[in-house]
Amino acid sequence: MGRPDAIVVGGGIIGAACAYELARAGMRVLVLDAACVGGGTTAAGMGHVVVMDDSEAQFALSAYSTRLWHELEPELPRAAEVDRCGTLWVAEDDEQLEALHAKHAYYLARGVEAEVVDGADVARLEPNLRAPLAGGLRVPGDRVVYPPYVARWLVDRARDLGATVREGCAAERLEDRAVVAGGERLEADVVIDAAGVAAARLIPDLPIVPRKGHLAITDRYPGFCRHQLVELGYHKSAHTMTSESVAFNVQPRATGQLLIGSSRELVGWDASPNRSILQRMLRRAMEFMPGLARLTVIRTWVGFRPATPDKLPLIGRWPALEGVWVAAGHEGLGITTSLGTARLLADQILGREPAVDPAPFRPDRVFAPHE
Amino acid sequence: MAATPPAAAIPHEAAAPPTAGWVLHAEIAVVGAGPAGIAAASRAAEAGRDVVVLDAAPRPGGQIWRHRRREELPARARAWLERFDRSGARLIAGAQVVDAWTAADAWAAAGSRGAAPEGFRLVAEVDGERLEVAADRVILATGARELFLPFPGWTLPNVFGVGGAQALVKAGASFAGKRVVVAGSGPLLLAVGATLASQGARVAVVAEQASRAALARFGAALLLRSPGRIAQAARLRSALGGARYAVGCWVTRADGDDAVREVTLTDGRRSWTEPCDVLCTGYGLVPNTELAEMLGCGVDGGRVRVDEWQRTSVAGVYCAGEPTGIAGVDAALAEGEIAGAHAVATSGAAGTPGTAGAADDRRRLFRIRRREHGVARALERAFTLRAELRDLPRGDTILCRCEDVTRGMVDPAWSFRQAKLYTRIGMGPCQARVCGPACEFLFGWRGQTTRVPTAPAEVRTLAGESGGAGAEG
Repeated sequence: MGRPDAIVVGGGIIGAACAYELARAGMRVLVLDAACVGGGTTAAGMGHVVVMDDSEAQFALSAYSTRLWHELEPELPRAAEVDRCGTLWVAEDDEQLEALHAKHAYYLARGVEAEVVDGADVARLEPNLRAPLAGGLRVPGDRVVYPPYVARWLVDRARDLGATVREGCAAERLEDRAVVAGGERLEADVVIDAAGVAAARLIPDLPIVPRKGHLAITDRYPGFCRHQLVELGYHKSAHTMTSESVAFNVQPRATGQLLIGSSRELVGWDASPNRSILQRMLRRAMEFMPGLARLTVIRTWVGFRPATPDKLPLIGRWPALEGVWVAAGHEGLGITTSLGTARLLADQILGREPAVDPAPFRPDRVFAPHE
Repeated sequence: MAATPPAAAIPHEAAAPPTAGWVLHAEIAVVGAGPAGIAAASRAAEAGRDVVVLDAAPRPGGQIWRHRRREELPARARAWLERFDRSGARLIAGAQVVDAWTAADAWAAAGSRGAAPEGFRLVAEVDGERLEVAADRVILATGARELFLPFPGWTLPNVFGVGGAQALVKAGASFAGKRVVVAGSGPLLLAVGATLASQGARVAVVAEQASRAALARFGAALLLRSPGRIAQAARLRSALGGARYAVGCWVTRADGDDAVREVTLTDGRRSWTEPCDVLCTGYGLVPNTELAEMLGCGVDGGRVRVDEWQRTSVAGVYCAGEPTGIAGVDAALAEGEIAGAHAVATSGAAGTPGTAGAADDRRRLFRIRRREHGVARALERAFTLRAELRDLPRGDTILCRCEDVTRGMVDPAWSFRQAKLYTRIGMGPCQARVCGPACEFLFGWRGQTTRVPTAPAEVRTLAGESGGAGAEG
C-alpha cells in the first residue's frame, strides 16, 4: 500500500467502525493496533447496544447509533451474536417507579419505542427476578452483540475495500499529519486517535482516565432471563465519578450464558481482581435474581472503560495538531455509540452534514473542574 | 432533561470486607492430596504444625493412588496414606479450590490502609458450600492433567484419555470383553494397557508414536539411571497378554456412528484399520499451574518455577510434584517432603523452631529428586511428539469441545488470544484446560491467562456467601 489517506490508531470497536466508515467513503485506510483488533476494552465489555439518557447529547448519539446498528444488522453474520432481546429497566420502589415513568416519557417524546410494565408483568416477563418489584421499562429496540467479533468483522469489511491492518504495532506519538509507530513515521492527511483508554498516551491533554470494571460469565442456562436487565440505579452508578459503585446488570448471551455486571472503580491501571467489589457486584445481582446464587461462574475478568469528566466521548478535530482527529473516551457506552461515532467523525472529515450535533463532543471542549 | 433516579438507588456504598463468612485458620495449607501433597502434609504435621489439606476427590491419593478401598493399592501407597492419617494433618475431602490470593494483595486492591495482613487465602467449594482457608504458608501440589490431541473422531463416545480410562477402572467401570486400542505416547500407555487387560479387556494393540530408535536411546539411558524401570516395563509388556506393542505408529482417525467402531493407524508409510469398542489415547501430561498463577508465582515453559527447597517466586508459597515438571511419583514424594520440611522451618509460633530435616535425610531427598528429573528429561526426549500429529485435525475436526470450535475456524497466524476473541475457543467451562495445551502443540500458541475462578464456582461462592444466607440476604 502506498501513502494512506487515513491512519486509524486503535482497532477496538471505535477504530474498526471509523476504518469501515472511511473505507466506504473511498479513502485508503491504515489501521494500527498495539495488540490485536477488538482485544482491549472492546473484548472486556458486555456488548449491550442501549439507548441512554443521562444527557441530551448522550441520548442523541446513542439513539442515532442504535438506528445504525439496526441498519447494519442484516449484514452481520451469526457469529456477531446479535440478540434483539431489548432492555428491561427495573424499579425497586415507588420513587424509582416515578423516575421510570419520567424516562418513559423522555423516550416517547423522542421517538424511541418503550413501554412501562407493572410489577406483575415484570414477574411474568422475567420469572427469575425477585418479586415484587415496583415495575419495569421495556425498550425493545435495544440489543446485544458480541463485540470482539464485530470489531474484527468491521475491520475485515474495511480490508475488503482496500484498507490495511497492522496488529502488534504500537503508535508511539502523533505529529502533524503523521503517526510514529514501530520506529517508522507514517504519514496521512487524516490521523485518528481511536486508542480508547490509551488515547491519552498519544494526546496527553485528552481528559481520559481508565475506569475499572468487573464482569462474570456463567455456564449455559438458556432462558434464565430474556432481556438485558438493568436496575434503574445503574444511571447513578455509571454517573458518579467520585466513588466505587456496583449495579445490577445481567445479560443473556446467545450461547445461553449470562453476563453479570457491573462495577466501577477509579484505581488507575491496576488490572488485578478486586475480590471485595466482585463480591458486592455478585451480591447485588443475587438481590435482584436470587436464583443466580446457585448458577456456576466459569470466568470473571477486569476491563478499563475510557472515562471522561462529562461522560461524553471526544469526537472531532484535535486543533493542536494538523490533520489529527479524536474518536475516544466512550466510557461504558462504546459498543453502542461506535457506529454513530464513526459516522459523525466521517461527516466532519468529509465535510458532510452530520445527523447529530457534533458540538457537545468536541475534544477541546471546556470541562467543569468538578461536577 | 434526563430522568435521574434518586440517590437512594445506590446500593452497598459502605465498603465490604474482602472476605465474609466462615474462615478456617491453619499454619500450612496444602492443595492436593496426591503423593506430593500427602508427603508435604505428613512432614509438616508430624513436626507439630497445624496443617489443612484440600482435595477435590472424596479420598486422598490423587490420580495415581486413586482408589475405592485401600487394599487395592500397592504397599507403598498404603504406607504413605497411613502415615498421612497418623500425621494429624486435617484433610478436607471434596474441596475444590476455586480462588486464592495473598492477603496483602487483597488488602491493597480493596484500598485499605494501615499495615497489610500477612499470609494467604484460599476459597474452596465443599458440597456446594463456600469454605475459606487462611494460612501462613501454602504448598501447591495440584498435580497434572492429560494432554489431549485432536484428530478426526476424537470426540466420539468411548474415546477416552488413558488416565480417564484408568480412573474409570478404579471407580469400578468394567471393560471386560471390550476390544480396546491404546494409542499415543509414553509409559502410561503400557500401564493402562496392562490394567485393562487384567480387567478382561481384549487389548488389540498398544500404539506408541515414538520411533524405535528414540525408545532404544531411552532404554540405554534408563539402564544408567534407573535399571529397575526396565524390569517394570517388561512386566507391563507381559501383562498386556496378546496385545501388540506397535512402535512408531499413531492413530490418524477414529470412526463410528454412535460410538467409536474402528480406528485408522499408520506408521507413516502404510495405514490400516483396527476394529474396536474403546480407544484410549494419551500424549502426555500437562502441569496444573492455575492456582500458582493466581497467587502470582512465576511459571516458565508451563512449569512452576521453584528453588531447591521447592519455594516459588512468591515468599511463603511452595510447589511440589507435577506442576514443577512432570517427573512421576518418586519425585513428587521427595519434593513434597522437602517442601513440607522447609515450610515447618519457616512457619509456626515462636518457641517452636522447626527443622528442614537432618542433613542425611535432605541428601536422600535431593538425590531422588535429581535422579527422577533426569529420568523425566530422558522420557521427554524419547517420547517427543512427532510433527505428523499436528496435521491430523481436518477443517471440521473439533478443537474446543466446550464451544464447538473447529480447526477450520481458527487461523494459525493468530495468537491464542485472537482465536479466543473471534471464535470463543477456550471460553467454555474448561477454560482452555483441554484445548489450550492442544493448540500450543498444534500452533505454538502460548500465553493463556488464569482468571478467577480457577475452577467453575457458584455465584454465591464468589459472592462470599456461605450456607443458605445468600438468597435471603
